[in-house]
Amino acid sequence: MADMSLEKAPMPSQEPSVRAHNFDEVALGYSEETALGEAARCLNCKNMPCVSGCPVNIHIPAFIEKVREGDFEAAYQIISASSSLPAVCGRVCPQENQCEAKCVRGIKGEPVGIGRLERFVADWHNEHFSGEVTLPRQNGHKVAVVGSGPSGLTCAGDLAKKGYKVTVFEALHTPGGVLVYGIPEFRLPKKIVQKEVDTLKKLGVDVETNVIIGKTLTVDELLEDGYEAVFIGSGAGLPRFMGIPGESLRGVYSANEYLTRSNLMKAYLDGSDTPVMKGGKVAVVGGGNVAMDAARTALRLGAEKVYIVYRRSMEELPARREEVEHAMEEGVEFMLLTSPTKIIGYENAEDRRDPKNGSVIAMECQKMELGEPDERGRRSPVPVEGSEFIMDIDCVIMAIGTSPNPLIKSTTEGLEVNRRGGIVVEEETGATSRCGVWAGGDAVTGAATVILAMGAGKKAAQSIDEYLSGKGSGGTE
Amino acid sequence: MYRIVNKKELNPTVTLMDIEAPLVARAAQPGQFIILRVDENGERIPLTVAGYDREAGTVRIIFQLVGATTVKLGAKEAGEYIQDFAGPLGRPTDLCGLKKVCVVGGGVGCAIALPIAQKLHETGCEVHSVVGFRNRDLVILEDEFRAASTKFTLMTDDGSAGRQGVVTVPLKEAIEAGEGYDEVIAIGPLVMMKFVVATTKPYNIKTVVSMNPIMIDGTGMCGGCRLTVGGKTRFACVDGPDFDGFEVDFDEAMERGGAYRNFERHAYEQTCNLFAKGDSANG
Repeated sequence: MADMSLEKAPMPSQEPSVRAHNFDEVALGYSEETALGEAARCLNCKNMPCVSGCPVNIHIPAFIEKVREGDFEAAYQIISASSSLPAVCGRVCPQENQCEAKCVRGIKGEPVGIGRLERFVADWHNEHFSGEVTLPRQNGHKVAVVGSGPSGLTCAGDLAKKGYKVTVFEALHTPGGVLVYGIPEFRLPKKIVQKEVDTLKKLGVDVETNVIIGKTLTVDELLEDGYEAVFIGSGAGLPRFMGIPGESLRGVYSANEYLTRSNLMKAYLDGSDTPVMKGGKVAVVGGGNVAMDAARTALRLGAEKVYIVYRRSMEELPARREEVEHAMEEGVEFMLLTSPTKIIGYENAEDRRDPKNGSVIAMECQKMELGEPDERGRRSPVPVEGSEFIMDIDCVIMAIGTSPNPLIKSTTEGLEVNRRGGIVVEEETGATSRCGVWAGGDAVTGAATVILAMGAGKKAAQSIDEYLSGKGSGGTE
Repeated sequence: MYRIVNKKELNPTVTLMDIEAPLVARAAQPGQFIILRVDENGERIPLTVAGYDREAGTVRIIFQLVGATTVKLGAKEAGEYIQDFAGPLGRPTDLCGLKKVCVVGGGVGCAIALPIAQKLHETGCEVHSVVGFRNRDLVILEDEFRAASTKFTLMTDDGSAGRQGVVTVPLKEAIEAGEGYDEVIAIGPLVMMKFVVATTKPYNIKTVVSMNPIMIDGTGMCGGCRLTVGGKTRFACVDGPDFDGFEVDFDEAMERGGAYRNFERHAYEQTCNLFAKGDSANG
């Protein structure tokens, strides 16, 4: 008989006042006892609605049943049959819109804490499992994966498990893509990403860092070099700016730059050579998860005040509820229905050589009100005449999205892209307009979530497998 | 890890290195850049390609000891390794169809201008070079420039070598004397490029400048290298590093360039006390 309590077991977390000043992980994870208790809330529904909500179709009731039996390793094996990055998904998936949104327990009360259980199982495995990963039987086919973010790692993992020889090419010096440069340590510790990458390496995946496909090597060169298929998971690209005056002033960052400095380059540590602005008053423009990450990073870097400036209301704010709550608890102030119109810099007219010239000192904003719904059904913000006001600000972080990276499309002939620059793919397979080339993740969709990118990597792996197994064994070298 | 195959100090503050990086050497073109990291805690810095040997699989970089990272790099010896070396990035300099070009180099920028002059020279283009330095001790690559140029002018700020004065003086003289240049290519400190543009603009001679702003990834992700060109935001790493000099907002680029001056100075002094008093030359 299932435990019929209406609420899911709360996630133990660091106190807001403490965690706002350190980069340690905020959520501490379930204990074995809590996990056993939460697993008992699952009704083990025959029709498994939760699975249909998971972009990679993890057999959720089956793994939860194993948790309930206390066989955590078996639970892990069930998850990892569908997901190459369990410890990552358990932390960063928006479960409330996916598996948990479909959970029957959510009709009356809270859904089962599927994400929290997934995280528990993955962490348990990483801590306790000491066995060897068995190298799958090689089928002799070579596949290249471009980018080591969530879509690339998933595609690589799925193909490696099927016996393909996979090489992942990463432009930066550390594999992980957005999991490493974008998502902060306090949400996703880097050692967890490293562990997932190490697991793939044990499956025989080669990871080549410092190789920029489209520059160091082209997609065509990969195909000529004996790779029979190429998956492009090169991620989102150039950050967007608002096009308002003052965006080139010192102290204006894209969220990508700000987070990369802190996460990938570890600017928050004393030993790092990479600088980042610390302290002062920080305004983060935007309302997505990236904006929350940037705001919470700014707090931890020592900002005296951090604002989220968002042009719609709380209801439209696209970030995960949990992230918004965390940010509020930590002291981030939300300035809603507000849009910047100008960033103002220091200007010493008497001394053109004053080193402070060109640094941000303030931001002019105007109030907005919500008008008619747009084509996506979201009510559009409309400026309120004469509502301009000025905020004292030292640092502005633009977190208003990205547009796809131009490097691959500009060097790959015949690769079709859409009006926004995203690579055009067949929805069901991820196949592009070029034979032998697949794509997925933000390179296709523009900025989206980790799990959607993983879903795309998974579909592409399946399609690549069908394509290459149809070709027959390529013979081992 | 990438091996330093060869190291040579060109002057007290400028060092040349050949780095073993076969994939980069195979694809590199004049005008492109690489990103390197000296060690595990190092920052990523962009350096423009100063040459390459496709057969030996090496890429040449020439850098000035201006900050913590370049001082750390300069302390490495041939046979040692650096952590990361990625590229080539950016678009190659477009040299198509040029018949007569004036290449203007300032300070360590000459290291980047040289492969462009050489490539033009090889393709039969008439190359006039004007290179400028603060003083004779800082002059680099003089022989190489002479070999690649039909006409060569050396300038120093103090007159201790070549002519005394700035590079725009002989450039203006040449233009007024009727040297019909198809294009002027200027590479050096921002302030030099700004004045080269101010010199050529009245004569409407197309002028290409090479921008080398702050970057992190270098692949079109962080946006740190943005600058305003023709009133639009452009990214040096994917749209450049070469831009039409008439369109570049140099004043804004110079202000952005100073973003980490205090941090740099601090890190630099920590790295090498010997250099603490030495002013970092930008010319």
